[in-house]
Amino acid sequence: MNKKQKKNLIRIIVSAMLMIFLGFFTGKDKQIQGVIRFVLYLVPYIIIGYDIIIKALKGIKNRQPFDESLLMAIATVGAMALAVYKDGDYTEAIAVMLFYQIGEWFQSYAVGKSRKNITELMDICPDYANIEGEDGQLEQVDPDEVEIGSIIVVQPGEKIPIDGIVEEGETTLDTAALTGESLPRTAKKGDEVISGCINMTGLLHIRTTKEFEDSTVSKVLELIEDASSKKSKSENFITKFARVYTPAVVYSALALAILPPIIRMVIGMDANFGTFIYRALTFLVISCPCALVVSIPLSFFAGIGGASHSGVLVKGSNYLETLSKAKTVVFDKTGTLTKGVFQVTAIHPSKLSEEELLHMAAHVERYSNHPIAISLRDAYKKEADGCQVSDVEEIAGHGVKAVVNGKIVYVGNSKMMDAIGAKWHNCSTHIGTIIHVAIGNEYQGHIVISDVVKPHSAQTIKSLKSAGINQTVMLTGDIKKVADTVAEELKIDKVYSELLPQDKVSMIEKILDNKKSENDVVVFVGDGINDAPVLSRADIGIAMGAMGADAAIEAADIVLMDDDPIKISTAIKISRKCLRIVNENIWFAIGIKLACLVLGALGFANMWLAVFADVGVMILAVLNAIRCLFVKEIDCR
Amino acid sequence: MKKSYKIDVDCANCAAKMEEAAKKTAGVKDATVNFMTLKMKVEFEEGVDPMDVMPVVRENCKKVEDDCEIFYKK
Repeated sequence: MNKKQKKNLIRIIVSAMLMIFLGFFTGKDKQIQGVIRFVLYLVPYIIIGYDIIIKALKGIKNRQPFDESLLMAIATVGAMALAVYKDGDYTEAIAVMLFYQIGEWFQSYAVGKSRKNITELMDICPDYANIEGEDGQLEQVDPDEVEIGSIIVVQPGEKIPIDGIVEEGETTLDTAALTGESLPRTAKKGDEVISGCINMTGLLHIRTTKEFEDSTVSKVLELIEDASSKKSKSENFITKFARVYTPAVVYSALALAILPPIIRMVIGMDANFGTFIYRALTFLVISCPCALVVSIPLSFFAGIGGASHSGVLVKGSNYLETLSKAKTVVFDKTGTLTKGVFQVTAIHPSKLSEEELLHMAAHVERYSNHPIAISLRDAYKKEADGCQVSDVEEIAGHGVKAVVNGKIVYVGNSKMMDAIGAKWHNCSTHIGTIIHVAIGNEYQGHIVISDVVKPHSAQTIKSLKSAGINQTVMLTGDIKKVADTVAEELKIDKVYSELLPQDKVSMIEKILDNKKSENDVVVFVGDGINDAPVLSRADIGIAMGAMGADAAIEAADIVLMDDDPIKISTAIKISRKCLRIVNENIWFAIGIKLACLVLGALGFANMWLAVFADVGVMILAVLNAIRCLFVKEIDCR
Repeated sequence: MKKSYKIDVDCANCAAKMEEAAKKTAGVKDATVNFMTLKMKVEFEEGVDPMDVMPVVRENCKKVEDDCEIFYKK
């Protein structure tokens, strides 16, 4: 509880006790009448309502009439005035104000509590960095002040404050707060480590490679905090609704207070002003749209918070909303469904020795970061020998050519061999990616590389199907045979293989054009390496395992912190649950309010019901919204 | 130029009103108020000094919602 909440709680208790006390002494036989009675009851009313009255007056002064303080002020002052004329029962006015304040208090408490819950979930921000001083003593400094290339020391139990490379020490890292992955990761000298991980066992010396504000942890926090500023359709609807709704209710209340009595007078009945003014006041109490205005953004915020806790970063409420309508999921194969770690499984030279063929291929791929290049270099350990490699040229969708020891060597797929006119032939024994090698334009043989499917990929597809995804599609630059084998293993509906990066974009466009209705959302999942254009073209782009890959984080709408595909299914489930809760709250709040308005107009609802319609609904909606925070993990065993 | 300020406000509807008021202030290109994180992000128009604009933003917000605060001073 903060100061304001404490103060208001005391006001609520004091005024409630005073009211009961007064009721006890003045209620039954009404010994105390007239002005004294009014003044006595005025005391608890002022205690509980003074700030509302002041706020209402300020509202009028600033020409902001339709605010809830004014509504409450009019309603309770009106009830007081009616009591003076009618029966001297002031309790109702005080009770309404009291209940309103209790509701406000509870709301402020609940929102504060959930705000704390959510920020605790996202409590990955380090407060300090340790720098070793000249005398060997550790000194705590603001992470903002650490320059790139400084050595920071992270003790066991501390968070890594800034991204960097381990210079000294070995340890296990807890990445759960960042990725939702509970399995610890080991880090040793030379490994890259990201900020936000908790150092569990050993002392680490880390050389920073980024400034604090560019480090993973700062990026992630900024992303989450910005997320709720991209508003969803539901939120915009509520804002618009609130803008129309409050004035509409106020004018209806005015009409309800004036029109029926006038009509009754005209047709010769008793005008009965008191009854209708009372009904109008009830109207005003019901009118505040706060339940909606607070619970919808809160639901989204809690949903985004819960998602980030399990390693799914959503960049805006609007994306969460769109994702919930996903009907088609398109996957990139490599790095998404498969590990993307290629291994050389066979070497079939035509003239050279196996070793020599691998040697040439590894040299050509010396500077490339493509997974195939890495696996070729991994297979040929002596790559860093003295051979001359120059004029390296990467030809997208074909391969790489380079001059090795004075000879032009081509390493690539069959398209590349066709292009240079080398007479290639396919591998008859192995399935996998075939890397052809040619020197000059003479074919030298091929190397077979294959990729391994990730352990949770099949489970992911199954889980997506049961979550109501109609269609799963796989796009890959890989050859048809490999793609078909993987697709069959994972039970994917459609496969498009041998695509160049630009083909993937046109493929996505084709899928988008073939949508049955506007509401069928197409999701694309990629690992962020050279599929940024596809990520931004799809209705929702999900980048996975994108820690540190800035371009992918930029282009994607949703970022999965680790590279486990099951998180795709988790993300869709979170979005569905969140949207379900949002809709529940919209219908529940609007429904109850409209019902109470009708009952109020007909005279069946009193102030008490009205107060429930206002604050009771709001509290229930807030509690419902908090449910978005809890994410059920999908069991993969 | 974009800047983020801590704010204090009690209800979500009031936060929405503050956002409207901040947006209409001269020198402000765009503003968003995040009720859950209690932060106001203000995008300023080019060539204006945030320290000149923020007092006006605060004043305008105070007009629509008396019970609010923007912490823009260091």
